[in-house]
Amino acid sequence: MYEHLETAENIENLKRVVVDPVSRVEGHGKVTLLLDENNQVKQARLHIVEFRGFERFIQGRPYWELPVLVQRLCGICPVSHHLAAAKAIDQLVGVDPENLTPSATKLRRLLHFGQVLQSHALHFFHLSSPDLLFGFESEIGKRNIIAVLNAYPDIGLQGVKLRKYGQEVIRMVSGKRIHGTGAIAGGMNKALSQDERDYLLEDVDQMIKWAEDSVALIKKVHCSSLPYYDEFATIRSNYLGLIQPSGALELYHGGIRAKNDLGETLLDHFDYCRYNEAIHEEVRSWSYMKFPYLLSLGRENGWYRVGPLARVNNCDFIDTPLAEAARMEFKAHGGEAMVHSTLAFHWARLIELLHCVESIKLLLHDPDIIGHDLVVQGEKRFEGIGVIEAPRGTLFHHYRVDENDIVTKANLIVSTTSNNMAMNESVRQVAATYLSGRELTEPLLNNLEVAIRAYDPCLSCATHAVGKMPLQLELVDAEGRLVDKLVKHNDGTIDRHV
Amino acid sequence: MSKPVLLLACGNLSRGDDALGPLLLEYVEAHGDLSNIELLTDFQLQIEHALDLEDRKLVLFVDASVRCDGSFGLTELEPAQDNSYTTHAMSPAAVMAVYRSIKKQPPPPCFLLGIKGESFELGEGLSENAGKNLQQACRFALSLLSHTDVAVWRDRTGAVARFHGCMEMSAS
Repeated sequence: MYEHLETAENIENLKRVVVDPVSRVEGHGKVTLLLDENNQVKQARLHIVEFRGFERFIQGRPYWELPVLVQRLCGICPVSHHLAAAKAIDQLVGVDPENLTPSATKLRRLLHFGQVLQSHALHFFHLSSPDLLFGFESEIGKRNIIAVLNAYPDIGLQGVKLRKYGQEVIRMVSGKRIHGTGAIAGGMNKALSQDERDYLLEDVDQMIKWAEDSVALIKKVHCSSLPYYDEFATIRSNYLGLIQPSGALELYHGGIRAKNDLGETLLDHFDYCRYNEAIHEEVRSWSYMKFPYLLSLGRENGWYRVGPLARVNNCDFIDTPLAEAARMEFKAHGGEAMVHSTLAFHWARLIELLHCVESIKLLLHDPDIIGHDLVVQGEKRFEGIGVIEAPRGTLFHHYRVDENDIVTKANLIVSTTSNNMAMNESVRQVAATYLSGRELTEPLLNNLEVAIRAYDPCLSCATHAVGKMPLQLELVDAEGRLVDKLVKHNDGTIDRHV
Repeated sequence: MSKPVLLLACGNLSRGDDALGPLLLEYVEAHGDLSNIELLTDFQLQIEHALDLEDRKLVLFVDASVRCDGSFGLTELEPAQDNSYTTHAMSPAAVMAVYRSIKKQPPPPCFLLGIKGESFELGEGLSENAGKNLQQACRFALSLLSHTDVAVWRDRTGAVARFHGCMEMSAS
C-alpha cells in the first residue's frame, strides 16, 4: 500500500503543502504534503486538528440525560448519537435490545432510517454530486449545489426533497427535527399517531422512485468512467460493521462482522458488548484522532473501513427488494468478493438510501408502528454499551455509572475515527498517483478532497459561527517560510499570495 | 398554513457562545407574541431550510458571530453562492440562493441578526460578554418582531450599522 508515505526521511529538504481546512468535510481537516525539489511527494498525512472532548463532556452527568446530551456532540448525525446512547442506557436499566417492545424497536428503527436517509441524501446531492457530475478538476465555481440545480434541476430538487423527507421522519418520530427526545432508557417516550403515519405515507412512493433514480444515476456515473472510478483513491482494506443474524444488511442492531480484502470472514456475529476484545485504538504523535485496528491482525494490518462500502460489502443480502437488486449489480461490477473502489462509497451510499426508504415504507405499514406499549424496565446495571451503524459507519457508545446513576466513564468510537487510517491511505494513493511531479493547482488539490469526501467524514461535529472558517492552501518550505498561498474566497475566486 | 414571519436560530446549546441563537429563540418564545411568528432552530443551516422560507413575508436568521463590532448587528441579506456550499453548514445567503434556484423566484426578505460570540468549545457555557450581548439582542429582536413591515426592519438595519461582516457563515 502507501504506508511508506506516512513518514518521510530527510524532511529538512522537503517543501510543505498545506490544504487547510478540507472543504465539504465537517470540521477541521488538514492535508499536508511534503515535496522534494522535484515536486515528488515524500510524505502525505491527513491531520485531524480538533481536540475531541466528548468523554469529558459526558462524564459526571446522570445517565438519563445522555440521549439528549449526546445529540449536541454532532450537528450532522445527532440521531445516531441519540440512538447509540439510548441502546447503552437501555442496559443500565436492565433492558437488552431484543427485550424492547416491538413498537419501541420499530419506532427506533424508523427514526434511524430517517436519519441515514437524510444524511446520505445530503452527502450525495449536496456535497459530492458537483464533483461527480462536473468532474474533479472542473471549474471551482461549478462545484456547488447551485450549479447542480441549474444544470440538473430535477436531480438537485430531488436531493433537497429526499433530505427534507428524512427530516420529516425524524420530526414525526421524535417530536422535533433536532433535540428530539424520542428514545429513552428502555424504550420510546412518544407513540406515532395514525395521522403522523399517514402523513409520512403520502410521499413515500415518490421518495422510493427518486431513490431508485439516484442509484441508477450513480451507477451510470461510476461505470461510464471505468477504470478511473475503480482506481481513484482505491485501497484494499478490511471491512467492519453490524450484521443481522441472517447475514442481511443491518443499520440499527446486530453482531459485528469483519471481513478482509479477499472477503474472508474475520469476525462474525460478534457480540458488540465485547468490542474491547476485538478492537484496540492506537495513538500516533502527529494526529489527535486515534487509529483503531482489529486486535487479531495487529496494528499494521488490522485497520479497517466502516460505512456504506463496508456494510454493502460485508452483508450477504439486503432485505428490501430494490436495494438488493442494486446490491447484486454493485457486487457484480467489481469482479471479486469485495469492492475496494473508494469512489464506490457513493454507489453503496445510495443503495443504502434506497434501502432506507423501502424500509420506512415497510415500517409505516406495520401495525406495531402506531402501538403505545413503548417502555420496559429491568434490574439496574452499572455498565452499558450501545453500537449502531451511523450514516458514516459503526458508532460505539460505552458508559459506566456509579450507584448514584452518574456517568463515571465514557468511551466513544465514532465512525470517522474507524476510517482514519483508510482516509490517510487514500490521501497517499492520490498524492502518489496524481500529484507527484506536477505543478500544484487548486483542481489537483481538489482531488485530495474528493478522496476524503468519499468517506463523508465528520471531523469535528463543529460549531459554525459566522466567519470562522476561511479556506486556504499554503506552501511552506522546510524552514517554515511561506512560499506560496492560495486563498479561496466566498464567491469561489482564488487569490495567490506569495 | 405558514406564519408570515420565520425566526430561524442556528447553534448548539452545548458549545459555548454557539448557543446564542437558540437562547434568543427561547427568549422570544417566552416573551413574544407568536401569533405571526414561527420559531425554528437547528444546529446549522442546510439545503432543506430553503423550503422553510416558502410563503413567508419576513425571515430573521439568528446566529452567533465572531465578526460583529458591537454586541449584535442586523443586516439584510441577498442570495449568494458563497463558499459555504462546500461545507456541511450553509450560510443564510446560500440557503436563499437554493430557494431561488428551486422555486424559480426571489426569496422573501431575509435578515441576519448576528450576536457577538467569543468562545465555542464543547461543554462550555455562555461567556460573560456573550451573555451581555444576548440580553441586548433579545430586547432588540422582540421589538423588531413586533413589526411585520419590511420597511421597519430595513430602518432597524440602519440603526445597528456598527455591525460588519456577518454575511458569511461557515463550519469551523
